[in-house]
Amino acid sequence: MTLARHLGAALVAAVAVWALSVSLSAFRDYQIADIAVYVVAIAGLTVLIGFSGQISLGNGAFMAVGAYATALLQLHLNWPLWALFPASAAIAAVTGAAVGVAAARLRGPYLAGATLMLAVALPSLATQFSGVFGGDQGLPVTVIPPAALGAAFPLTRWLAWVNAGTALIVLVLLANLARSRIGRSWQAIRDNETAAALAGLNVAGLRILAFVVSAACAGMAGAMLAAYSSQVSPGSFTVTLSIALLTGAVIGGLGSLTGALWGSLVVVLVPTYVTNVATSHGLSSAVAANIPVAAYGVVLIVVILIFPDGIQGGLRRLFGLPPPTAAVPLARLNSFRRRPPASEHQEEGTT
Amino acid sequence: MNRSHRLRTPAIAAAAVAAAMIAAGCGSSSSSSSSGAATASAPGITATQILIGSHQPLTGPAAPGYSEIAPASNAYFQYVNAHGGVNGRKIKYTYLDDGYDPAKTVSDVHQLVLQNNVYAIFDGLGTPTHLAAVSFLNSQKVPDVFVASGCDCWNNPSKYPQTFGWQLDYIREGKILGAYVKQHFAGKKIGYFFQNDEFGQDGVKGLDYEIPHSQVVSRQSYVPTNVNIGPQVAALKASGAQVVVSFAIPAFNALLKLASLKLSFSPTLVASNVGTDPMTLGGLLEAFAKKGGATVSGNALTQGIITDGYLPTLGDTSNSWIALFKKVHDQYDAKAPFDGNVLYGEAVAYAFVQAMMKAGKNPTRADLVSAINGGLPQGPAVAPYAYSASNHSGITGAYIGVIKKGALVKQGPVYVTDATPAGAVTAFTGSQQAAPATGMP
Repeated sequence: MTLARHLGAALVAAVAVWALSVSLSAFRDYQIADIAVYVVAIAGLTVLIGFSGQISLGNGAFMAVGAYATALLQLHLNWPLWALFPASAAIAAVTGAAVGVAAARLRGPYLAGATLMLAVALPSLATQFSGVFGGDQGLPVTVIPPAALGAAFPLTRWLAWVNAGTALIVLVLLANLARSRIGRSWQAIRDNETAAALAGLNVAGLRILAFVVSAACAGMAGAMLAAYSSQVSPGSFTVTLSIALLTGAVIGGLGSLTGALWGSLVVVLVPTYVTNVATSHGLSSAVAANIPVAAYGVVLIVVILIFPDGIQGGLRRLFGLPPPTAAVPLARLNSFRRRPPASEHQEEGTT
Repeated sequence: MNRSHRLRTPAIAAAAVAAAMIAAGCGSSSSSSSSGAATASAPGITATQILIGSHQPLTGPAAPGYSEIAPASNAYFQYVNAHGGVNGRKIKYTYLDDGYDPAKTVSDVHQLVLQNNVYAIFDGLGTPTHLAAVSFLNSQKVPDVFVASGCDCWNNPSKYPQTFGWQLDYIREGKILGAYVKQHFAGKKIGYFFQNDEFGQDGVKGLDYEIPHSQVVSRQSYVPTNVNIGPQVAALKASGAQVVVSFAIPAFNALLKLASLKLSFSPTLVASNVGTDPMTLGGLLEAFAKKGGATVSGNALTQGIITDGYLPTLGDTSNSWIALFKKVHDQYDAKAPFDGNVLYGEAVAYAFVQAMMKAGKNPTRADLVSAINGGLPQGPAVAPYAYSASNHSGITGAYIGVIKKGALVKQGPVYVTDATPAGAVTAFTGSQQAAPATGMP
């Protein structure tokens, strides 16, 4: 039942994307492809934070792993696109598992710090081993629409289809995972780790699994980014990217897949829109250049003040709908506490 | 559990519909600007306007210094617009911030070409950034003129027929500096210090074409993300290098100088034009030293650095080009300091106006490309352009200069060369024409 409903929803969404892609301009197609990249990356992060209660400031690095995997597999083995995407996600998932093993032992700010280090360190490997990764210039990635669509088929529309299609598949899979036993176990861990352990859940294993899923999504997003920008280079995977993903997840609503879409729209469209407004009002370039960054900050502050549980949470309240069990207000977010409250009680009891 | 179960499912569809509405709302703003009057001869060109675009690092790591270039170009375009424009059309210059992130460059360029319908991309800045955009621009047949980078990669007319370099490329620059070192430091031990990417490697390639390999005792490279260059400087010192030739950005020339000072290592420094704008370098030296708790004088530390220049020196106020660009700067861009970056921005804008004038009264995109393929008059550069149908690199030569009291002082003649190993470095026998009195090409 659940699967059928998710598939139906995805089908409706796919038709909507198709209608948009054929009716809008080439640049809008291109933006759809861009938004899809962020939907996948933010959805992966929101599952990690919102469901399992762990934080990651390093998902930009997993994106880099996926993107470079795509470029290298295409360059050396000439794999087709449909094989590149899942392979890149799988490679990123393996990296995620390695990080997850370490992450399962860390909590709150320590986990944030460790993953942040990953985001800082990993992209510089590309310049350290420039023979393999192409240094600052990066590596090229070629995407060509299939011949069956005709020679005149616009590349931008093909990118919109590929990326939006991939994003919908990922969302269906994540939605099902969230509804499954695993999703419920993650929520149990998030809300009370000790109680979950007492109930027989493998806490460490489940936490690592959450990291694997999140990294796989980030790797998939990286592959999509490589296809969309027809290149990979370390300049695309700075710490700013990881922070932008976290911002998108918070703005959209932690733990909500629909929120991931809202977050992506804000992350992609607000800077473009604000730049257009700023330049068309003849502001000096030094001011205009920094306005998108400022606007981004203002949006974040406003959303957090008015909708503490993100845009999706705000919409639910606006329409009088109760919050879903998965959505978690920022204040309740376990991962910023050093220990879950239950274990503190326990400690008090034993000493 | 059940309740949330019900709520979650239609969420994807609802979100997609909402996305559709948002995207559709945005979509209505784009419209083609190239219909109507008979003189709208190409995308971005109307009877009254030429719309061009660019990607620039207005924020991020490359912004200090480089963010002055596009406003300076725009200042010159405003001057041209105030003096009748190009065949009656005013130039509108839209430059977007890419923060030196190639992925952002790609999306900027797509926006400029597909949504804003620019006629051409002008002076897109940076090697890694512009490399990410160059295939797209060529596949769309958009003129990609005067890339702000000295990479030899822009000179590839068979693969990138729409793309043209402008500034002296790093191979030529390496050859000119190398020929000078070979002549003036014969028998001395020479060390290289270079950025480990296309910029530094092209420069070293040029140096190696000229300097005998037996003289080179050490080759040290750095990556811009790692500011600890102590080991490299120590290795240079240990090799006994008497002359250090540097292909580095200003910040790393400053670090090189300070690290040498700390090790009491004082070789003669010969450095690429890219990293030696005296104002920028002096300021960085003082700022870095201050961070380390020391006070130094930027002018004292930059004194005697040997470099090269392909535009007239800023201090040469009697030069008609400097006078013109200073006048334009004072009128339209007075907030920025009149430094090497501003001079660069104005000079490259001048070259663009030259090309547009030559492209004809109602130019198509192909007309601009063939106008440049036919060659451009020398203009503000000290040496001629290489432009032809088979050569898309720009300025072909430079003079050697020495920094004295915080200003570049020209030494001797202008040298010209090509980018091949065999091509000789020869003194340029022609002379630079004075700037036109109107300030218009």
